[in-house]
Amino acid sequence: MTHMLLINNLHAGVNGNKILNGVNLTVNAGEVHAIMGPNGSGKSTLAGVLAGRDTYEVTSGEVRYDGKNLLEMDPEERAREGLFLAFQYPVEIPGVSNTYFLKAALNAIRKHRGLEELDAVEFLQLVKKKLKIVDLDQELLNRPVNEGFSGGEKKRNEIFHMAVLDPRLAILDETDSGLDIDALRIVADGVNRIRSKENAIIVVTHYQRLLNYIVPDFVHVLVDGQIVKSGGKELAVELEERGYDWVKEVTN
Amino acid sequence: MSSEVHNSTEWYRSQFDAFAKSLNGDAGGAAHDLRRKGIERFASVGFPSTRDEEWRFTNTAPLARENFVLPGRENGETVTIEDLAPFRFAGQGVRRAVFVDGRFARHLSDLDALPEGVTVISLAEALRTRHTVAIAHIGRQAAIDQSAFTALQSAFLYDGCFIHVAEKVALEEPLHIIHFATKQPRAQAIQPRVLVVLEDHSRLSLVETFCGHPDGRYFTNVVSEMEVGNEATLYHDIVQVENAHAFHVGTRYFTQGRASTLVSNALVLGGGWVRNSVYSKFAGEGGECTLNGLSLASGEQLVDNHTSIDHALPNCASHELYKSILDGKARGIFNGKIFVRQDAQKTDARQTNKTLLLSDEATIDTKPQLEIFADDVKCTHGATVGQLDDDQVFYLRARGIDLQTARDLLTYAFAGDVVARVHVPALKATLDSLLHARLRQGRISATVL
Repeated sequence: MTHMLLINNLHAGVNGNKILNGVNLTVNAGEVHAIMGPNGSGKSTLAGVLAGRDTYEVTSGEVRYDGKNLLEMDPEERAREGLFLAFQYPVEIPGVSNTYFLKAALNAIRKHRGLEELDAVEFLQLVKKKLKIVDLDQELLNRPVNEGFSGGEKKRNEIFHMAVLDPRLAILDETDSGLDIDALRIVADGVNRIRSKENAIIVVTHYQRLLNYIVPDFVHVLVDGQIVKSGGKELAVELEERGYDWVKEVTN
Repeated sequence: MSSEVHNSTEWYRSQFDAFAKSLNGDAGGAAHDLRRKGIERFASVGFPSTRDEEWRFTNTAPLARENFVLPGRENGETVTIEDLAPFRFAGQGVRRAVFVDGRFARHLSDLDALPEGVTVISLAEALRTRHTVAIAHIGRQAAIDQSAFTALQSAFLYDGCFIHVAEKVALEEPLHIIHFATKQPRAQAIQPRVLVVLEDHSRLSLVETFCGHPDGRYFTNVVSEMEVGNEATLYHDIVQVENAHAFHVGTRYFTQGRASTLVSNALVLGGGWVRNSVYSKFAGEGGECTLNGLSLASGEQLVDNHTSIDHALPNCASHELYKSILDGKARGIFNGKIFVRQDAQKTDARQTNKTLLLSDEATIDTKPQLEIFADDVKCTHGATVGQLDDDQVFYLRARGIDLQTARDLLTYAFAGDVVARVHVPALKATLDSLLHARLRQGRISATVL
């Protein structure tokens, strides 16, 4: 069987600084993986490398997505193949409306999959359904992407994009950061409603609290650019109680 | 054919002699005084050189080298309404005054059923019939000794548009002036004048489009004089979509009365060598002046925008937003002068200039120039020059949008900010299609249409 995602001995960095030092990870359809770790452990680098951000330089290792070489693909090709990154810091794009942007993105993906492009009416129907998933104000659709959105609105907008684009593999990069408990619950509920047997989710987070709502099948601990410990959902609770130093001590 | 004359002042003097002869019966009166003074002045100063501070970054040599001839009187007959289609915008009750190579083209114009108190006629007619308002206002702002181009235009003053709106009268629907340039065997100097007089409490929404045959070779030298009366409002949208060979000099004068409003949006989407100068002056207290600009240039194009706002009196506000998008080896220049005179307390002047460079070889020279002699004022200015934001490009790509479309979207968004400020809604749709035609594959295409 082909794994959805296979990361094999991945090394990557920025400007000659090594950040990832041999990451190994396997993700299959229907699974939710949490990647936890202290600040500077390489969590966001891993998310960025998977999405194709070119500020990161991959020095060795390979990443297979549905058996294909992911690292050879442009960011847009990865997205069209069903990979989605929910940004830690969603980017504001003045002058481009949220709807216009999302319709262009969805139709680019549909075209790639050999599906008919949606017209304005069909798109609006879809969008109205998906808005409910994250309880997002319809008014935000007509505003420029993320411009003037609150921190919580930006994160909900990311999950809204995810709901519309219907990815096979979603990477949530610190989606919980900057959210109060109500917003966190809404975002987590949204993710759970999108979660299915066909897709997989990688939740990148510093804290365990999001994992109370998005319950993972596997938890991995990233320290100094390597996964040093893996376990079930109970590992997250243990980390919360004992801190990351405990894992470092155990593994050294 | 006579030998080429390379001295530009001699060339224009010889053209003037031919022009003066052709005037016959129209050679008398106030207008002819302006013409004579204009040619005298131009003959003595010639085109400005880069030693002139106002022309430091813009070399007039390519313009001076070429011997532009007077347009033929019958050029308008070859143009049809279909030629104008790409430049028109939809809307009920829009009136059109069309000028071909600077001359009024009645068969292309639609000035029916203007309300009482609104006069829109050709300037040639206004001068010929000695229209009292036109005679009283022509040359009042456009000082011959201030600009060589104003002097040159004054020398060849003949036609253009004269608009008068009487006190307390509003023309609700937009008035569209189309300046269309034809293709002729020889390059032409097209020199219209637009004279607008808005009496107190009146209102006008004016759109001016400069366009023409894609292969025409010409030099547009337009002078506008616009007076906005007390508590009057002028919305003025200018769209310049001339071809990449065209020389274009636009010199615009505005005088604003007490508590008047002026909004002038200049969208320079075309032209090869372009210089726009705006001189705006408050002649009464409490006025508000908004000048916005968008310039797109690629290849070897040059777009120079100079603005000057004279806060001569207290309690006036001015807002300026000028944006440029430059690609290829294009050059942009922005110079924004704001004078705040000693008496002009409570002045609120804001100026912003933003430039997006799409290539390594495109350049911009930007210079705010604030001269403030009053002490209780708010004056701000800011200039940014940059490239497309990598984070924004990546965000779009990470959602499935390809690199070129991402660049297009972001470039369009940068421009859209100014397009959104255009007053006439229906014009925005026309502008959108002109912009999209120009912004392709993350670059600015060389041709407008």
